[in-house]
Amino acid sequence: MFFYVPMALFLLFLLFPFYWMVITSVRPDGELYRPWNSINYNPFWTWKPTWDHVRYLFEETLFASWLWNTTFIALASTAISLVCGVFAGYALSRLNFPFAGSLGTGIFITYLVPQTLLFIPLAEIIRNYRLGDTPWSLILTYPTFLIPFCTWLMMGYFKAVPKELEECARIDGASRWQAMLYIVIPVAIPGILSAGIFAFTLSWNEFIYALVFLSSPEQKTVPVGVTSELIRGDVFYWGPLMAGALLGSIPVAIAYSFFVEHYVAGLTGSVKG
Amino acid sequence: MAISAVSATTLREAPPPRRQRLLEDERWLAFVLLVPTIALLGMFIAYPFIRGILLSVTNSRVGMPGDFVGLANFYKIFNDGIFRTSVYNTFLYTGVTTVFKLALGLWLAMLLNRNFRGKAFTRAFILLPFIIPTVLSTFAWKWMFDPTFSVLNWLLYHFGLITGRINWLGDPDLAMISIIVVNIWRGVPFFAISLLAGLQTISPELNEAAAIDGAKPWQRFWHITWPLLLPVTMVVVLFSVIQTFADFQIVYVMTGGGPANATHLFATYAYQIGIGTGLLSEGAAISLAMFPVLFLVVIIQLLYIRRVEVR
Repeated sequence: MFFYVPMALFLLFLLFPFYWMVITSVRPDGELYRPWNSINYNPFWTWKPTWDHVRYLFEETLFASWLWNTTFIALASTAISLVCGVFAGYALSRLNFPFAGSLGTGIFITYLVPQTLLFIPLAEIIRNYRLGDTPWSLILTYPTFLIPFCTWLMMGYFKAVPKELEECARIDGASRWQAMLYIVIPVAIPGILSAGIFAFTLSWNEFIYALVFLSSPEQKTVPVGVTSELIRGDVFYWGPLMAGALLGSIPVAIAYSFFVEHYVAGLTGSVKG
Repeated sequence: MAISAVSATTLREAPPPRRQRLLEDERWLAFVLLVPTIALLGMFIAYPFIRGILLSVTNSRVGMPGDFVGLANFYKIFNDGIFRTSVYNTFLYTGVTTVFKLALGLWLAMLLNRNFRGKAFTRAFILLPFIIPTVLSTFAWKWMFDPTFSVLNWLLYHFGLITGRINWLGDPDLAMISIIVVNIWRGVPFFAISLLAGLQTISPELNEAAAIDGAKPWQRFWHITWPLLLPVTMVVVLFSVIQTFADFQIVYVMTGGGPANATHLFATYAYQIGIGTGLLSEGAAISLAMFPVLFLVVIIQLLYIRRVEVR
């Protein structure tokens, strides 16, 4: 009783909006736009599911391009962040050099700098670099909030690799660089995977930079495209809007469901900091 | 591969080339490995931050460099009623949601820490609000709050809780409550999963021993679980406070700062002024006004992490 009732309420609260998203995206317009207080109205089920909203999305809007843009940007910025994060994590956790501690703290602080603090000067800088309205404006700026997380997570993984393993390789004639590449990094692959998934979902999720830096409809990402192209003045195209929200959510849900355990490990690893 | 083969042979026959020798030196290798990170963070965090400060003391607009005006922008925004409302809203939004996210998240974490059927399944599903792009899930909420087609009104009406329609996003107070609810909804899974990880590091034997000594569940929670969970809780709360304080997406989608500028936060007001009306310098000043609070929270967080590590 004290377990199942609260648990059911939590699940209802947390999952109902997704149910509503799903049901709205297959419900015909005639059923959708009936006021909540009309008679014999059953909002929770439809007997006449339709693909019209999805079709509208792909035929009447640039949704396919937005999906492609978002995927490309998320993959590219994740790749950059992983390379930077693995290198920086290795240097900070396994090498001795002056200012290592303060550099680590510095990188940690940038993790805590929200995008909304910097978007106005950044918009100017992006324009000066002539990156405005190109995917590169996002591919180069997203790593600023992904690298600190990746670095922090990788530091934890690298610290767990015993020093002797690397020393053995060094005695066998491997250079420092080779020892890192062939001995230490392979051990940390689970960490790299969870950092990658997390970085991918974060860049898929990003909104304000994409909203400010991109202007032409065909360059937009899913969140920005859906926001700006499926609302005309006061008119919301709720069917396509919910279908777009659903389809835009599926890639992240899949990426994460494959690696749910890594994901939770990564999340909690970052929390233990 | 080709490079490593070359270096292996050169290692045996001749003294290694200069580049190789440098990479053997720990300082040089560290420098090389850190350059990409420092370059990107410098170019797109440190430099914009300085540019932002410079921008905020000029009167620049879009396409117009502007002149130095000292603290005029800050003077102007502190006398601006909408800015004051945004400050009040931001503190209210952060405070109320954090209390609820912590309480509900902890409760959910305690529930998930038990053994029950479908545990893995449930854990995966409750993370959805946190995983799914916020803008997209916020649209689902906006649709649920729609004044004419609101399913929430339908539910409340059929449970006999209301008699007429409620215009959730049209009334200033209700609109504020609505965005707070959405933020709590989005944040609870993050708190729950992080606190669950913390709970799992606590040895069950401690609780069992206390139970044998006659400690009641509430006492066991208060004297054993809570003190051991505190370090994780602090880190999660401080992190969440920073994110919530600087939030943009939920308000942008739900109300756009309306009705009549009643629900603006720092970030949405900065966007409206800086990007919407093109007053770049004033917008930069508004978002920089967040900085003292964020700075304070970051300092607390750093001091706290250091203390935990020392212990």
